Amino acid sequence: TPEITDAQALLGHRRPEPKLRPPPPLAMEALREATAELTVYVHPSNAADVRLAVSRQLSTLLFSYEDRFDGVLLSHEVEFEGDNEDGQDRKVDGDGKRVIKAKILDGLVPYFGVPVTANMLLFSPQPEMILEGKVEMLGKESIHAIVLGVFSAAIMADDIPEMFKFKRRGHGGKFISQSDKRHVIKKGSMIRFSVKRVDTEMNCHITGSLMPPHTGCMRWLSVHDAEYASEISRVVKGNQGIILRASRRYKVAQLRTAKIAW
Amino acid sequence: KTLETSRLASPPPGAEAMVAELRRDDMAEEAGTIRDSVAFRLVERVLQSVRMEPFLIAPYDLEQYRMMVGTLDTSRTKNRDDEALYVTYLKALSEAVSKIDITYHHSLLNNIFAVRIWYLQRDTMVALLDLITRLAAVADQYLRECLQMLVNNFTPPIVERNEVPTWAVSRKKDIFSHLCGSLKTISDTVPLAPRMLRDIIDRSMPKLFDNKAKMISFVECMLGLDTDRMGDLIGAILLAKVVDLLTELDVNITWEDILQEEHDKGIFEMELEDLDADDDGDGFGQAGTKVCLGGNACAEKLDGLMVVVCEHLKSLDRQRLYKEFVILKTIFRASLLRVHRSKFAQFIMFYTCSLDPKTLGEGFAVFLTDIVTEKKEDPISRMSAVSYVGSYLSRARFISADTVVTILKKLVDWCVDYCDHQSKREATPIPNHQLFYATCQAVMYVLCFRLRSIMDYPNLKSDLFHMPFGFLFRHRLEPLKVCLPSIVNEFLRQAKDAGLVAAFVDPAAEDAIESDLSRTFGGINRLDMFFPFDPYLLKESDRYIRPNFEFWSMVKTTYSDDTDDDDDELEDLDAPEMNVGSLDDHVEIDINSDDDDLEYSMNKMSITPHHSFLHQMAMDSDGGLSMPARIRPSTSPPSRWAMSGESP
Repeated sequence: TPEITDAQALLGHRRPEPKLRPPPPLAMEALREATAELTVYVHPSNAADVRLAVSRQLSTLLFSYEDRFDGVLLSHEVEFEGDNEDGQDRKVDGDGKRVIKAKILDGLVPYFGVPVTANMLLFSPQPEMILEGKVEMLGKESIHAIVLGVFSAAIMADDIPEMFKFKRRGHGGKFISQSDKRHVIKKGSMIRFSVKRVDTEMNCHITGSLMPPHTGCMRWLSVHDAEYASEISRVVKGNQGIILRASRRYKVAQLRTAKIAW
Repeated sequence: KTLETSRLASPPPGAEAMVAELRRDDMAEEAGTIRDSVAFRLVERVLQSVRMEPFLIAPYDLEQYRMMVGTLDTSRTKNRDDEALYVTYLKALSEAVSKIDITYHHSLLNNIFAVRIWYLQRDTMVALLDLITRLAAVADQYLRECLQMLVNNFTPPIVERNEVPTWAVSRKKDIFSHLCGSLKTISDTVPLAPRMLRDIIDRSMPKLFDNKAKMISFVECMLGLDTDRMGDLIGAILLAKVVDLLTELDVNITWEDILQEEHDKGIFEMELEDLDADDDGDGFGQAGTKVCLGGNACAEKLDGLMVVVCEHLKSLDRQRLYKEFVILKTIFRASLLRVHRSKFAQFIMFYTCSLDPKTLGEGFAVFLTDIVTEKKEDPISRMSAVSYVGSYLSRARFISADTVVTILKKLVDWCVDYCDHQSKREATPIPNHQLFYATCQAVMYVLCFRLRSIMDYPNLKSDLFHMPFGFLFRHRLEPLKVCLPSIVNEFLRQAKDAGLVAAFVDPAAEDAIESDLSRTFGGINRLDMFFPFDPYLLKESDRYIRPNFEFWSMVKTTYSDDTDDDDDELEDLDAPEMNVGSLDDHVEIDINSDDDDLEYSMNKMSITPHHSFLHQMAMDSDGGLSMPARIRPSTSPPSRWAMSGESP
């Protein structure tokens, strides 16, 4: 498609910062919803279906870290100016659809700018945050997990408490805590860890740590860690009516493994 | 720890001491663990010690580091001890990845990323790939290099005479499966890695003039990635790239190359060294065709790649095959459909459809027909699609008569609508009715091949007879006068025998060679003379196509019961030795036959262009003719069937 692929040239802010709604209480602190007023530049060949063109253009930013959003874009939903309005002075075409015209400035910018309001789901991990991920690979010196199914996280040996000993036997190996033999971290376990460092340059790689309290395998924590268990139940009550599909699906998945009845 | 340090501090240098220590304990499993942990601690220590500005490093530490780097240098040959040490270092490094720093351990990383896996022993390779996988998982900064290193190893080392050494060929499968396995592990651990991999493969893709063995090896390995999750993510892009490459090779094979007499063709000279110099006059059929496909490097490469792609398609399971088919259709529509006279690349669609005739075969026919009848499509695609539909339905043995009649009905209905539309708008005539004539021609072409078999089914026969052919052929647009005479005449002959068309047809039209109207259509390169699925000429990949391909000589016509001797002649044409591979036959044309007849015979169905070119050569040379070997004319009195069928 002839649309501009360079996101920098494409999105312009009408306002200096994206407007933030107050973040809802979530166990997954790094996820947040944001609303931004943007101008999306669309090539005239797509004038027949502007909504699709805008959606496609925003989709090129998915899973990339954007400085201006201060996070990774996970999903977006666009509203156009006057979508919910009922103005009589708008022109209406044959199908009853509202028509807005835009001028294309020849010689300056051959694209036309569409002002949109975008609801976005952003992922912006910060150091000290607690994240949850699924273990994919284990080694004597590292644990590799995947957060939200998309982001890779690595926890190095220095950040794994001494009490965890690595056993090579079994499929891929596992870490077993000396203090409680039931606390096992193996491939497929869901773990909670704290963020040490985030590398935003390419794929948002996270370096984590299991040192802080209330980290480790979630299945074990939900049973043995009183504070964590109470936090979950508080979050459950607070979360009714929050429409973050991604995080809800994710929570359901982790709750299944923790065997908690809702 | 102090003990260890002191042991290492004394001469002889640490490496040898370590080796000695390692070999001392190579019995028990426990000793193995000790060895690993010793190695690990050593490596860790060395890495840590050089993790600072160069001028701050103690000379001894630097020496240790340099020695370690030297062991990891694969450009020098290793003896057994060195090899064992190398493997140990690799394993130790795998566990110490977090200690590796991109700046301070630059030379170490260089040595790791420069490795050519093909030269390694199997165990070493496994250890190295494990290291690469862990490096990729530990931090983003190594990811690109790791992926690039793996992709660089898709191609085997090339030695003299542009050949792949035999030991590489036998290890190929093993190495490919390991490479693909590593890439998949990386993509599992770093889910966003396929995006980067896609770009890297894009950049590393072999180009048109690259070495054949490298090209084939790369594509083979690349297609190995097209499974499971990785296939879902980037499979479509990979296939698109492969088809692009096939198309590029295809368009670089010219017909002049195929019919070329001379051997020295400039850049292809290198390849011709293999040919024997037995290009005496009458052996033209042999050496000539060898030149045509042996001397043309692009054809050879295309041949090899087609084999790889067909093998890949064959290996897919049902579900995956359906997904690939959808992807292939999209790619086909976007690129292949619009290529002007592609020769062989389109046969991947043919082969894919043959793998599941019921679903895919029919699906493709319907897909093509929809393009033809869709007003919104651009004219070039529609013209091309109609040529494809005609050629496909005729040549694909696996398509049932049922499907053929359904599609024909759609096409005929479209033609009739077109005619009606024409009658209404008399004011502004369209300059040419190319698509209409092309569709009529396609319908007639299909019926030449299929009429007899359709007649065998009473319900299909009645469907066919209900189609308004009379209306079409009597319309003022006069399709019979404009379409290719050879096709029209053959069709009329069969149709009359079957009783499909009444005797309304003007007898004079039967013998017309080429009417003025059809000439005005644009001469030799006109689109309606494009038959995409004409007989396949590439040697090695032919075995995938041949079982499903319908040669003209195999077709039973409606009148064939009458003339038995025709059948006998035709039987010769498909004898096994008619393969392009065995070119021992003399290819002679009985040029003493009637001029008209010869020209007419040359204008037979399924002949793609350059008739006049061929004719010219026939007239010029005496006795040898550079026509590819499928033609074997009979020496009996010149009959129409002497030259039927298989010329390119």
